[in-house]
Amino acid sequence: MSAAAYDEMTAADGAIRPHYRAFADWLERTDKARIAQKRDEAERAFHRVGITFAVYGEDAGTERLIPFDLVPRIISADEWALLERGLKQRVRALNLFLADVYHDQRILKAGAIPADRVLGNAQYRREMAGVDVPGGIYAHIAGVDIVRAGAGEYYVLEDNLRVPSGVSYMLENRKMMMRLFPELFATRSILPVHHYPDLLLENLRAVGPKGEESPTVAVLTPGAYNSAYFEHAFLAQQMGVDLVEGPDLMVQNDTVYMRTTRGPRRVHVIYRRVDDDFLDPLAFRRDSMLGVPGLFAAYRAGRVTLANAIGTGVADDKSIYPYVPDMIRYYLAEEPILNNVPTYMLYKPQDRDYALAHLSDLVVKEVHGAGGYGMLVGPTSTAEEREAFRARILAAPDKYIAQPTLALSTCPTFVGAGVAPRHIDLRPYVLSGADIDLVPGGLTRVALREGSLVVNSSQGGGTKDTWVLA
Amino acid sequence: MTAMLSRHANELFWMARHIERAENTARLLDVTYRTSLLPYEPQEPGLAWAEPWAVPLIATGGATAFYQAYPQLSAENVLRFMTLDAGNASSILCCLRAARESARAVRGAITSEMYEDLNSAWLEMRGYDYRRIQAMGVSEFLEWVKMRSHLFRGVTFGTMLRDEAYHFLRLGTHIERADNTARILDTKYHILLPSAADVGGAVDYYQWASLLQSLSGFESYRKIYSDVISPRRVAELLILRDDMPRSLHSCLNFIDDTLELLCDDRNRELRRQSGELHARLHFGRTDEIIRYGLHEYLMDFLERVSRLGDEISRGFLVPAY
Repeated sequence: MSAAAYDEMTAADGAIRPHYRAFADWLERTDKARIAQKRDEAERAFHRVGITFAVYGEDAGTERLIPFDLVPRIISADEWALLERGLKQRVRALNLFLADVYHDQRILKAGAIPADRVLGNAQYRREMAGVDVPGGIYAHIAGVDIVRAGAGEYYVLEDNLRVPSGVSYMLENRKMMMRLFPELFATRSILPVHHYPDLLLENLRAVGPKGEESPTVAVLTPGAYNSAYFEHAFLAQQMGVDLVEGPDLMVQNDTVYMRTTRGPRRVHVIYRRVDDDFLDPLAFRRDSMLGVPGLFAAYRAGRVTLANAIGTGVADDKSIYPYVPDMIRYYLAEEPILNNVPTYMLYKPQDRDYALAHLSDLVVKEVHGAGGYGMLVGPTSTAEEREAFRARILAAPDKYIAQPTLALSTCPTFVGAGVAPRHIDLRPYVLSGADIDLVPGGLTRVALREGSLVVNSSQGGGTKDTWVLA
Repeated sequence: MTAMLSRHANELFWMARHIERAENTARLLDVTYRTSLLPYEPQEPGLAWAEPWAVPLIATGGATAFYQAYPQLSAENVLRFMTLDAGNASSILCCLRAARESARAVRGAITSEMYEDLNSAWLEMRGYDYRRIQAMGVSEFLEWVKMRSHLFRGVTFGTMLRDEAYHFLRLGTHIERADNTARILDTKYHILLPSAADVGGAVDYYQWASLLQSLSGFESYRKIYSDVISPRRVAELLILRDDMPRSLHSCLNFIDDTLELLCDDRNRELRRQSGELHARLHFGRTDEIIRYGLHEYLMDFLERVSRLGDEISRGFLVPAY
């Protein structure tokens, strides 16, 4: 399959694609020893800066680096324009969908999406029905996973609308590339991304509770042992706002306060990186130590804004994903710009029969899975793995979907033996507040193992800097 | 001044204390190491607590924990315990780890340079084992610890906004330093001389000299007094002089000034305690200290500093509301 994959840098006839030409020239004339030395330098610097993530299941507190690859993923101006329009369209529709399903449910009444798929979904939060949120925005930050199959042919794999992570890597990877190879940026044709935190802050301040002129923003983290803690701290620092943990907050009279050295101080907007379930032990999981008792009541009362809103999971759930193109048509009366991957919903007998007969060609995913855990990649699986999945699917068909294996594009990547193509994806970050914004770029993840299609950092994936050309 | 999260203030306060403690542990071990090179005979055989290597354990209050973990007193065991022992919360290793954990918890409240500096200190520290310390030389290693602390202080001074975070950090540094200087000064009380006749003799002189050196006070002493080293003057220099950066008076100047900036009407008791302790140093006289007994004076001081730390905690760091 690798042979058939679209390579970002080199066309099938061996010619370098125009938007990669400058970089390919540089790579050609640069001393390989110098590049190797820069790789070491990058690794040391990442360790020192502490851009590490914790791996679940290993010793508590284990910190690892996500491997950083020096060959950038480059996107031409034309293709980015397409992506940008497609992403804005998609996120706009997703926000309209969320506002709708928690209020009038017009789309369900119109029959565009089966009501039981939405209302019976474990991610649908009944508590949110009828709750108004500022600007009708639910997914303030969306991290949309995209893969490319061919020229101009992009597919959305997942809309991450809960607490998408990874944006700090986008920023740090760029910083690292500029530090290691300033000469590459001298042509000034690579669009900057470092204003992301400003854009984020601006968007968060735009969704404060009604009547609040100058809202105080805070970032809520589960704490230093969370795998994405570095990012929480990084974003708080870059925005110049406080990084709080549950016990730092308290609620009195439906108002949220931080505990400070000078007594309680009001908080208006919380960029929370804590899952819905753990936000408020009074409203959700009672055993949550990360949450803030009374937070949900304050939220319902419109006294504090949470970003993202509670209950966004119902729009990025894998069982809802197949309907996103219909949402775009229904709410915006437009045709979707970005493709959806054809998806077999295994609760449907026809789809299930087909999938079970073609397991070795398909990717099977758990509806509620994430992070590359609990999935079957048909073409690289063993007979035992397929049998195990067959049993799991038959036991709970509702919990699985299947998709054809896409020929993910490849990008040249430094590997032990030199430079070789490896599969990649792309996660741009779409911000919704007063408007919809995104910085030109995103996080490119790369599957470092030859032939592998799994790019998740927990499964041996790495990252690359992502360049959008002017 | 803008308020900050109490939890962050607490982490900063302790981050600074742990770095300062690591530095002073290195200083204490340095003076011990130097003293141990001097001729020495125990007054009574079996008087193990009077060995030079027992002194740092007594001074830091770590003797019980030490004897639980190690079969006998020896230079190597004490060095291991106080530098690398992951089970000793006051070891240099544990102090640097705790400081780095705090820095991780408050990344947003310190500058990136500060975090990176501390993180790289920790990464280097993790690479040390006893064999490596031996190979490079104990003094060299202790020097490295001091230099890392100096570096961090410099990065802090040079990059950090003078906001509340800065002040809590400096407060932690000086509370810890006041405590540690008093403890190091008190070590001389525990180092026995071979016989009473040696008081004022060569060994006594070298002991006082290495104590001064460990507190970076030897050259200052020479500059100020241009005279032989006398215990009275050492006490004056390290307790009462306010131009010696590690003296108790100097620490209390810092603490009292900082608290004046931080406190409001809610913190009257804290202001009173700090003012009182400062006044005792500001208006104190060496003769009185000597008459009271240096050891007794230092013990009383340690008690007061500890109470001051608790009061700071109650007022700002772990508020009860």
